Amino acid sequence: MMSDGNLDLPEILTGEHFTTGNHATAEGALAVGCKFFGGYPITPSSEIAEHMALRLPRVNGHFVQFEDELASIIGILGARWGGYKSMTATSGPGYSLMVENIGLGMMTETPCVIINVQRGGPSTGLPTLVGQQDIMQTKWGAHGDFEPIVLCPSSVQECFELAVQAFNYAEQYRLPVTVLMDEILGHMSEKLIIPDRSKIKRVNTKKPNVPPEEYLPYKPDKDLVPPMAIAGDGYNIMVTGLTHDERGYPVLNVETQEKLVRRINDKIRKNKDKIIILEEYMLDDAEIAILSFGSVARAAKGAVNRAREKGIKAGLLRLVTIWPFPDERIEALANQVKTILVPEINYGQITREVERTTHGKTNVKGLFKMGAIHNPQEILSEIEKCT
Amino acid sequence: MVEEDRELIESHEHPLDGYLREGRIPHIFCPGCSLGSITNVIIEAIIEAGLDPKKISVVSGIGCTGRISGYLNYDSFHTTHGRSIPFAIGLSITDPERKVIVISGDGDLFAIGASHFIHAARRNADITVICVNNFNYGMTGGQVGPTSYMGQVQTTAPYGFNEESFNLPHLATTCGAVYVARWTALDVRRIKDSFVEAFKKKGFSFVEVLGSCPTTFGRRNQLAEGKKILQHFADHTVLKHDVDPKETKIEKNGPLIVGKFVDIEDKPTLTDNLLAIQRISQASDKKS
Repeated sequence: MMSDGNLDLPEILTGEHFTTGNHATAEGALAVGCKFFGGYPITPSSEIAEHMALRLPRVNGHFVQFEDELASIIGILGARWGGYKSMTATSGPGYSLMVENIGLGMMTETPCVIINVQRGGPSTGLPTLVGQQDIMQTKWGAHGDFEPIVLCPSSVQECFELAVQAFNYAEQYRLPVTVLMDEILGHMSEKLIIPDRSKIKRVNTKKPNVPPEEYLPYKPDKDLVPPMAIAGDGYNIMVTGLTHDERGYPVLNVETQEKLVRRINDKIRKNKDKIIILEEYMLDDAEIAILSFGSVARAAKGAVNRAREKGIKAGLLRLVTIWPFPDERIEALANQVKTILVPEINYGQITREVERTTHGKTNVKGLFKMGAIHNPQEILSEIEKCT
Repeated sequence: MVEEDRELIESHEHPLDGYLREGRIPHIFCPGCSLGSITNVIIEAIIEAGLDPKKISVVSGIGCTGRISGYLNYDSFHTTHGRSIPFAIGLSITDPERKVIVISGDGDLFAIGASHFIHAARRNADITVICVNNFNYGMTGGQVGPTSYMGQVQTTAPYGFNEESFNLPHLATTCGAVYVARWTALDVRRIKDSFVEAFKKKGFSFVEVLGSCPTTFGRRNQLAEGKKILQHFADHTVLKHDVDPKETKIEKNGPLIVGKFVDIEDKPTLTDNLLAIQRISQASDKKS
């Protein structure tokens, strides 16, 4: 039913479907109220743009295929200030082009969602093969200090759910949120259940409750997030990528920089317990833990099951939220298990974070692979080596 | 001086108070720079065009001209270098009644942001783009830009610039703009008239204003004061409405051809086309 180019899909899609991660992501965005998609074609994410081009006009939304990824990201920032929940989708090379304006989104506290369907890099790399190589790009890509929120699904169902969650975090904390998918998830088909619209949580930014003459656009509430007036609300907002005070005016001095940069980081740091989502599988008595994320976590779970069949006490910690990183949970795990195995489709990006957070309290071993997902048997072999 | 004017001056009030953001003045513009008077003209044109202030958004990129958005007391957005136009497109399509005005410089719009200008004109995005062309990068200290002319001396062309420049009205026309005009900073009355026409126009309108930059352009090109640049404009301006924009290229000591070159009616805008797609997608028989 959700096959390419079906012009007769109902406006609101619910129920059971057999579809791809890319289509599920697009449907998740629609379900949570996305009204604008600005994008540029890139493998392996293009089906998201295609599905949004098909579906958005049906729900009175707009789709624009821009001239490049720079225009795409800044176009969605503009649309959000115009009042539309907005997103774009890309892959590694496109994300690289977007990072400067993701920084603008962080600085201007603009809610929006970026889907990155990862492929192999660096550079043009492997357009049609899987990668998990943009972990650090999403954290450190743009210049300056900011705390991103990055979510990482590992099933088609979760692609839908995390697209919803990404918009809700973006609106609640006012920042661009990235969903790190990968080529396997994007192109893989499995069951998707879309709940009734009434069951889907929709978060919207706080609106100012003071008249324009009293409104300070960048004065935060206790949660460190400022209420957001948009264009046309009558507040004559000023929005700039320059360091700004609570009025939104550029003030280029140390005091303003201290206050602003600390706040846009702290609003995430201090709320990270509410943001971090983890899946724990058979960890209670585990002596060996696999720490995994994305499509690889599926193979890791298979390896844990096989290990348990052999009487090995293995368990899985799956990162659903990649950033902010769950330092405390991993540190606690390090006190419990003898080894943490980290299979990832890159050369050690998350492994290095796990080493950082475990402070040498346990063995950390990365299982790196380039351009392909791990076979459960490969992970099992490594588990067996650790016993 | 009439008594009312004297009272106004002595009160330290400005007739356009309220249209400028409180607490943002004094501005950062150099003595002799034309950006102050252009800011003034923008406000006067907004008033004369009768636009609803709530429906106005002003967007700019980076550079001296890019700072104008932050002085205006409307919803204003100071974006990244070169990216004002796609930001403006995002804003404009969310409300067909919104008037989105992009104000930026020649380097921002036609070097780093050139492709966005080309495509926005092609799509007939419903925005007005005002480019203040001062022939160089002022804020970064006077480097050459895409509108610098052959023989112009700047910090990155110490032996004289030896590349061809963009002819902006020609570029805008070729790419599909529905309104194209050029004036010098001296032509304040005509700039205002053009701004009013552009603001009232649906679709992609473009006005180039040749601006005076004594500090980083004039100083190196025998025009070291604002009034010398304006005198140069006065001496070289040739008014030619409706001339083929191909003929409006600027060369060293050549004529500065100004006027309204393009004014097309009723071309569907990007927003019109997006709304049409909505109607088609929602029709029961989509094949029709």
